[in-house]
Amino acid sequence: MTRLLKEIPNNDPLNIAEQKTIIDNAIVQNKERPGAVMLVLNEVQGKIGHISPSMQAYIARKLNIPMGQVHGVVTFYSFFQTKPRGKHTIKFCLGTACYVAGVPQLIEKAKQMLNIELGQTTPDGQITLEECRCVGACSQAPVVVVDEEVQGRLRPNKFPQIIKRVQG
Amino acid sequence: MAFYRSHVLVCIDPECLAKGAHEIVDALQDEFVAQGLIDEIQVLETSRIGGCSGGPEMMVYPEGFHYHGMTADDIPFLVEEHFLKGRIVERFREVSKPIVDEELGPLRPKEVRIVLRNCGQIDPNNIEDYLAIDGYQALGKALFEMTPEKVIDEVLNSGLRGRGGAGFPAGRKWRLTRQVNDNPKYMVCNADEGDPGAFMNRRVLEGDPHSVIEGMIIGAYAIGASYGYIYCRAEYPVAVDTLNIAIKQAREFGFLGNNIFGTDFNFDLEVRVGAGAFVCGEETALMASIMGKRGEPNPRPPFPSVKGVWGKPTNNNNVETYSNVPQIISKGAAWYASMGTERSKGTKTFAVGGNVVKPGLIEVPMGITLREIIFEVAGGIKDGKKYKAVQTGGPMGGCLTEEHLDLPLDYEALSQAGSMMGSGGLVVMDENSCMVDIARFFMDFTQAESCGKCTPCRVGTRRILELLQKICDGKGQDGDIERLENLCYEVSRNSLCGLGQGAPNPVLSTLKHFRHEYEAHIYEKRCPAKVCRPLIHLTIQTPVCTGCTVCSRNCPVNAISGERRQAHLIDQAACIRCGICVQVCNFNAISVES
Repeated sequence: MTRLLKEIPNNDPLNIAEQKTIIDNAIVQNKERPGAVMLVLNEVQGKIGHISPSMQAYIARKLNIPMGQVHGVVTFYSFFQTKPRGKHTIKFCLGTACYVAGVPQLIEKAKQMLNIELGQTTPDGQITLEECRCVGACSQAPVVVVDEEVQGRLRPNKFPQIIKRVQG
Repeated sequence: MAFYRSHVLVCIDPECLAKGAHEIVDALQDEFVAQGLIDEIQVLETSRIGGCSGGPEMMVYPEGFHYHGMTADDIPFLVEEHFLKGRIVERFREVSKPIVDEELGPLRPKEVRIVLRNCGQIDPNNIEDYLAIDGYQALGKALFEMTPEKVIDEVLNSGLRGRGGAGFPAGRKWRLTRQVNDNPKYMVCNADEGDPGAFMNRRVLEGDPHSVIEGMIIGAYAIGASYGYIYCRAEYPVAVDTLNIAIKQAREFGFLGNNIFGTDFNFDLEVRVGAGAFVCGEETALMASIMGKRGEPNPRPPFPSVKGVWGKPTNNNNVETYSNVPQIISKGAAWYASMGTERSKGTKTFAVGGNVVKPGLIEVPMGITLREIIFEVAGGIKDGKKYKAVQTGGPMGGCLTEEHLDLPLDYEALSQAGSMMGSGGLVVMDENSCMVDIARFFMDFTQAESCGKCTPCRVGTRRILELLQKICDGKGQDGDIERLENLCYEVSRNSLCGLGQGAPNPVLSTLKHFRHEYEAHIYEKRCPAKVCRPLIHLTIQTPVCTGCTVCSRNCPVNAISGERRQAHLIDQAACIRCGICVQVCNFNAISVES
């Protein structure tokens, strides 16, 4: 833990004043509540977008719990990321209805257009492709979630427009 | 409360948002301001109104007109016609579906709405709307006219069973928790609706959060709990916001907090948000997650009713179970027990998806047959295709075939048929679905979501997936089916929690009902439904192809060549059989063979 807190990379949120404030606020607000780890991590993940190893060490020390526990929780839940993601994310719903309606074809098209695999980010840091669990918009299948917006009834030939819009 | 002459309810569930519901709301607001009507007409955002297949939907009250399919550009015209001139705009009027209104009868034939009764009818973000339809009266009745024992008796007599899928009688669970001599006690609401293809709880939380909260308070009174948690999955941000607003309002009105209704009963509630782990829908894992730990299940006993959150007695029910409670208390156990079958009472919500004409959310009495649901309530199979199977109970459930269509739906009948009620997802599959591929899909899901705590589930699900993948790839060997059966048996017998115990169900049920498809993959190297990529090939029908080039432009591997206005050709060596060309071809010129 000490090593992680001594050697914080320059671009780590812990070294960026505004982002460190977010982390500190999340800790102060939730410290006294039972089960605080999840609350803090949810807050940090939501506002910063990832939880780096040094952030994990910092949160563990502030909450006075072993770092192993924080790391265990971070790696258990799929919402917590340890590396920064792209500016935009395109998530492919892998619910049953979407699977049957052709999300695999959409993934194929996206991979080909951006030249990255699922879970990767384009080299310019713009777009991350991800899969996600059922978003509950099954009658719109197949569905992709672009940033926070659900787009339904997609066909592969409509995909270039989506990517164009994301890239602005 | 300000008075408005008219209310416009715009549906903002994910499906309508995808079609621009926010733009509609903004356009309505702008137009009402421009026309000087903003003080007379209120624009509200609500959960689903009905269908959503026709694009953005809105209801205009008090007239009860249902408009749909408009874009933001149409709003000025619509506002001028309807709200200024008082003329109905027939172009956007939805008449095929009757309006959701209890007095007018249910939305679809055979539907009975208890849990969904308020969804789309009230503003979920305004507690006064809920109060106006007798909300929190059941709580008053319970607190002033009934003892906790009496409340439990009422719920027990109603025959309400856990709607999360396992079907444990709710009243019995409450009594067990009440009888444990340890304080404080906790109420937990499981809103971690993770089954792919299920979204019933989301709609209740987004459309009628107070019914869930009221049910929890009544339950807390019955078992003597002082604090509660609603554990909602992170994939439902709208539901989390709605719940937080609802809890805040309930606190302001004195339904939560100390001395509720002036009695000495204290109860408060908070929302805990998950972080994307399916296994947290299992009750012991869910409680671990509330306590800020990895969401790993623990062996039972001790049951949560003895040792739950923070080691204290905890009552854990599903969203739908709680939202049934206020109605049971108001209308009585006999009324609720009059619906359903002998052992499963009341109604059940189902999310019908897959290849049906009218997918969506329905609420039907227990005991209805699958045939009635699929062919009457959901309008039959899409594109006139043939019914093949229906998958119930999510990734731990099973596939039911033609022969099960007349099965009366209740907990026992479904588990006898090799499936389960589950939380209520129904995915209907037509003849174009490959059952081996479906089994592989579900195994892929459970394998990824297995928490890894116990070996049978962690390793077993992966081995089952590998076998299925091999079969789908056309590399299946003699004996693989038997190996699968063995593995499935071991995994379901030896796993720690419901996830592992149920994980082999999709494989076992497809093996039972569609063994011939497995055999075709293994022995004939053929996929009868023409789905499994390594076993199919695509060809362009030369006489049909018009040479429009749409397929070659969309092919991800540039395997299609040909001049404009000339028949195209697929290079079989380069083709990855992704099927995009089949989807984009406007002339059905590409055939799939196996």
